[in-house]
Amino acid sequence: MATVTEAPPPLAPTAPEQKPPRKRGRLVPYWLLLPGILWLIVFFALPMIYQASTSVQTGSLEQGYKVTWHFATYWDALSEYWPQFLRSVAYAAAATLLCLVLGYPLAYLIAFRAGRWRNLIMILVIAPFFTSFLIRTLAWKTILSDSGPVVSTLNTLHVLDVTNWLGWTAGDRVLATPLAVVCGLTYNFLPFMILPLYTSLERIDGRLHEAAGDLYAKPITTFRKVTFPLSMPGVVSGTLLTFIPAAGDYVNADLLGSTDTRMVGNVIQTQFLRILDYPTAAALSFILMAAILFMVTVYIRKSGTEDLV
Amino acid sequence: MPFVNWLKRNLVVIAGLLTLGYLLLPNVVVTVFSFNKPKGRFNYEWQQFSLDAWKDPCGVADMCGSLSISLQIAVWATIGATILGTMIAFALVRYRFRARGAVNSLIFLPMAMPEVVMAASLLTLFLNMGAQLGFWTILIAHIMFCLSFVVTAVKARVMSMDPRLEQAAQDLYAGPFQTFLRVTLPIAAPGIAAGALLAFALSFDDFIITNFNAGSTVTFPMFVWGSAQRGTPVQINVIGTTMFIVAVLFVLVSMAIGNRRNRQKA
Repeated sequence: MATVTEAPPPLAPTAPEQKPPRKRGRLVPYWLLLPGILWLIVFFALPMIYQASTSVQTGSLEQGYKVTWHFATYWDALSEYWPQFLRSVAYAAAATLLCLVLGYPLAYLIAFRAGRWRNLIMILVIAPFFTSFLIRTLAWKTILSDSGPVVSTLNTLHVLDVTNWLGWTAGDRVLATPLAVVCGLTYNFLPFMILPLYTSLERIDGRLHEAAGDLYAKPITTFRKVTFPLSMPGVVSGTLLTFIPAAGDYVNADLLGSTDTRMVGNVIQTQFLRILDYPTAAALSFILMAAILFMVTVYIRKSGTEDLV
Repeated sequence: MPFVNWLKRNLVVIAGLLTLGYLLLPNVVVTVFSFNKPKGRFNYEWQQFSLDAWKDPCGVADMCGSLSISLQIAVWATIGATILGTMIAFALVRYRFRARGAVNSLIFLPMAMPEVVMAASLLTLFLNMGAQLGFWTILIAHIMFCLSFVVTAVKARVMSMDPRLEQAAQDLYAGPFQTFLRVTLPIAAPGIAAGALLAFALSFDDFIITNFNAGSTVTFPMFVWGSAQRGTPVQINVIGTTMFIVAVLFVLVSMAIGNRRNRQKA
């Protein structure tokens, strides 16, 4: 009868132990939380409820609005503005993909190859954050201008013929086309992709690369089987951090696009601030929120990193 | 084929540097066009070199006023969000309590919400309350959306802190207040600073939420937005260039200080 009550195996090194709460300080966490959480409840959660109620109201600005549980607003909004919704998702997805393709090499470079240049490159990635993004977006107007070097080069190389055929550009211009908007979105949210990618790449033990090399893995195989899978947390949070704001953005579509590139953000902005049709605007923003929450949930499930949230 | 081999080996570096170029190109353009002398109201085409805008950065009506409003809001939003956020972060990391999960999701949601949705919902709240849109509504909104980012930054730092240091301080007869001031706060400081810096940058640069809740108050991003329709003065490029240089210098200086501290410790 050798029933040895084994001690549980020692856990892997975990975070330092939590301080056991003292009896007298039981209310301390609540006092610490109170002001901040109250702020979020009053100015984040409560507004959502107000918006929900606005979306089912009917009436007019002159006579006032009343809650009439008029859910048809949702249907009307969706049937009128589905092209803008689709466009938002398509543009945001394209920009996110481009951010990943463009951002990965730079994150990799900073994490593994930059050496003593690492800090400088980091600063150059972060510094634009502190320059007004509107000014930088306006600079794209100059860069992509009809008579500028970019457009004429693309024209000479016949790239514009291809993009015209795809419907990304129109005629001899890039400005006021989907390509310009996606380019602006990609640019705007690129740092949000690079930073999480860098964080997760930096955590990878360099010896794993050596080990893969020792086992005769080609660099590309090492990347496919070791580096990329280990960087998945960064890929997931990076794509979320670019996709969500990009889908709700209206600045790029407004400054670099035309009426044919309007996204759902543009519609919400116009409905709310110019047309003053509050129920429709509220319904639209709820549909956008629901769509994004749905897509994000599915994506997080699929990518198998549920501990992220 | 030495060149092809070199290219193969350095493909990542080349691709990375190209992306860096893409990231910095607008900043270069902004800087170059701050020395332009445009013909019309719009500063999109190169005409002629000129130092006019740099000599008289506040020469445009209302621009520097909007800059000062933005700075004031950013400073107050940073102070507010940093204090509230740091308190929440400490509560979340250091204590077990009920409703912890709910608090965590309440912190997470504002970061996972498109800005335009938050902006619109806040506006419906303010309209329903009959609040006067302006400085205060902007400030309230900015504290709200900066809060989550501060919590995340401070949490990361406090989580990696060893609570035994505080226990040691208490064993050495430091009171709770003294322990907090002399041990806890200095260790958490880099996280708090990072959170504050992030809050400042987010608030100063915010356009979407401000656009909805500003009423007739004009912050700097709002001014730039308006000028995109009415005509962009060169002075905007001067401010943009200055902001970029100040940001780079600021990071360089803070890194130099950090390095010196590390060397002193070693």
